[in-house]
Amino acid sequence: MNIKNVRVPSSPQDVHPNKPGDANVHLETQNLHVWFGKRLILEKVNLAFPENSVTALIGPSGCGKSTFIRVLNRMHEFIPGAALAGRVLYDGQDIYDAAVDPVNIRTKVGMVFQKPNPFPTMSIRDNVLSGLKLAQMTYENSEEIVRTCLERASLWNEVKDRLDASASSLSGGQQQRLCIARSLAVSPKVLLMDEPCSALDPGSTRRIEDTIREISSDMTVVIVTHNMAQAQRVSDYTAFFLSEDGAPAQVVENAKTEEIFKKPKDSRTNDYVNGLFG
Amino acid sequence: MDSDGSDHLKESPTPRYFGREKSRTRSDKAFSGSVVVAALSSLFILVAILFYLATSSWPALRKEGLSFITGSTWIGGLDDPSQQVFQIWPMLYGSFLNALLAIIFAVPISVLLAIFIVFIAPKKIARALTIVVDVLAAIPSGIIGIWGFLVFTPVAEGWARLIHQYLGSIPIFVNNQDQFTRSPFITAWVLGIMIVPIITVVAREVLAQTPQDLLDAARGLGGSLWGTVRMVALPHARGGIVGGVMLGLGRALGETVAIYFVLNLIFERVNYYRILDPEGGSVASMIIAKFGEATPEEIQALLGAGLVLFLLTLVVNLIANWIVARSARERLV
Repeated sequence: MNIKNVRVPSSPQDVHPNKPGDANVHLETQNLHVWFGKRLILEKVNLAFPENSVTALIGPSGCGKSTFIRVLNRMHEFIPGAALAGRVLYDGQDIYDAAVDPVNIRTKVGMVFQKPNPFPTMSIRDNVLSGLKLAQMTYENSEEIVRTCLERASLWNEVKDRLDASASSLSGGQQQRLCIARSLAVSPKVLLMDEPCSALDPGSTRRIEDTIREISSDMTVVIVTHNMAQAQRVSDYTAFFLSEDGAPAQVVENAKTEEIFKKPKDSRTNDYVNGLFG
Repeated sequence: MDSDGSDHLKESPTPRYFGREKSRTRSDKAFSGSVVVAALSSLFILVAILFYLATSSWPALRKEGLSFITGSTWIGGLDDPSQQVFQIWPMLYGSFLNALLAIIFAVPISVLLAIFIVFIAPKKIARALTIVVDVLAAIPSGIIGIWGFLVFTPVAEGWARLIHQYLGSIPIFVNNQDQFTRSPFITAWVLGIMIVPIITVVAREVLAQTPQDLLDAARGLGGSLWGTVRMVALPHARGGIVGGVMLGLGRALGETVAIYFVLNLIFERVNYYRILDPEGGSVASMIIAKFGEATPEEIQALLGAGLVLFLLTLVVNLIANWIVARSARERLV
C-alpha cells in the first residue's frame, strides 16, 4: 500500500486541546495530518471520541470529513497516493503501527457508507452474516445474531418473514439499515458513519437516527453529517471542520453539541451553524 | 380545435412512438448505407458458408445418416465409392475431450491471473502483464503448434510419466503403451495455453468492474483480500467469467493446426478417458490430415465434419453470448 507514516513531532500543548471531558476514550487522533499525493488535506487534527457517545463531524463540503473518518479505520490507504502523519490511537495503540493488522482494526472500527451498499447477490440473512464470514470470525447461533442485529437496526419487523429474499429487493432506507445491521454483527467498538442519511427520505432518516441513539448505549459512534438538525438530534459532541481559502482543513472547534450550537466560542463556528456559509 | 375547446379532453390520446432518427444529409445517408452493408455482409458470409457446407456434404451425410456422427469407421481412398464409410465419432468425441481438459487446465490459471492483475499487482506490473497476455493471444496457432511439438512436448512428457507413476491406478491415468507423447493430456495443455489469454481478458474486465462501494463495504467489515475477492468480486464476475470460458471453449473446439502438431489422431477407435495414451481425435485436425489425399466422396464427408463442427461452435458461442448478456443485466439491477 502507498501509505506513508511520517512521524511529526508534536508540542505537548498540541496533543489534547480538544479532548472533551474525562470520559473513557477508545479512539483518538494526535496531531494528524493527511495527504493525497502532495496535497495536504487535513492538518493538526486532535480529536478524542469518548466511549459510548455520538460525535458529529460537521463542516462545508470538501473539508476532509469523509477522508478523516476513513483514516480512523485504515480505509484511507486504499486510495492511491494517500499518506498521513501523526497518530491514530485505538485503546492506546497506534493503528498505523507496522505490527497492527488493518483487517483486525476494521472489525473493531466498523463503517457505514453514504450510499447504501448491501451485497446484491446475497440474501438479507447472508448480508447480516457477511462481515463475520469476510473477517473469518467463528460464530454459532447465526439465527440469533441475525435477529439481534436486525432488531438493533430497527429492520427486523419489516424483513423477518423474508430473510432469504435478495437484499436488493429492499428500499433505500431499509438497505441502509441492513448495512448498519451488517456492521453490528461483527461487534465493533466504534462505528463510523459517513453521511448515512444523505440519500434517504425524512422517514428513513428518522429511523436511522433512532438506531444511532440506541446503539450508542454500548458503542462509540462518529457520524459525518451536513444536516445541522441531525447533528443536534443525534450527537453528544460536535467537531467543526473548516478549510479556509484552499488551506488544509483543521478542526476549528470541538465541544459538547449543545455548546457548539448554542454558544460557540469561535465566530466561524457561529456563522456556520447559523447557516451564514457552507 | 373544437368549438367549445373541450372535446379533445374526452378522447383517449394515441401514443406516438419514436423510431431511430432518420439520416437526412447525403453524407449521413452514405454512412448509414455502408454501416448496413457491413452489418449484412457478416450475416451473408455466415449463411453462405453454412449453405455451401450443407449442400456439398449432403451426399455423404445422406448416405451415412446419423451414424455419420455416432459411428467409428473411416474407409476412404477405394476405387469403388460404395465401399467407402465415413464416420466421425472418435474425432468428435476427441474434440470435446481436448476442449474439456483444456478448460480444466486453463480456468484456474486464468482466474487467478486476472485476480492478481486486478486486485494484487502494483499498477506497473499489472499493465505489463496485461500486455503480455494480449500478445500471447496474438501468437499464431501454427507457432504454438511447433513450439508445442518441439519444446513443450518433451517437458509435458515428463509430467505425464510422473502422473502415471504415482496415480497410474486411477483409470484416466492408465497407459500401457509406454509412450507418453502425442496424448490428449499434452494436447489439452497446448490448447489451454492458447485459451488462457481469452479467459483472462474477459475475467479481468468483469473483475475490474466490481463496484467500488461493494469493495469498500467488504473491506470496511474487516474483509481480508481473499474474503473480499471470494465473497464480493467473484460472485459479481461469475456470469462474465462463464461467458469467457465459453469463448475459450469455442476456440478450443475449433483449433486445428496446433492440435495436428501434438496429437496422434486415431480415426477408428475412441479414446474415451485414457488421457495419457498417445491416441486422440479432433474434427478440425482430421480435416487437414485427410484433405490432401482425399477422394471426392471423402471430401464431401470432410465438409460434413466441418459442418458439424461449425454448428457446434456456433451453439457454444450463442450460449456464451447469452450468459454474458444475462450477467450484464444482473449487474445493472
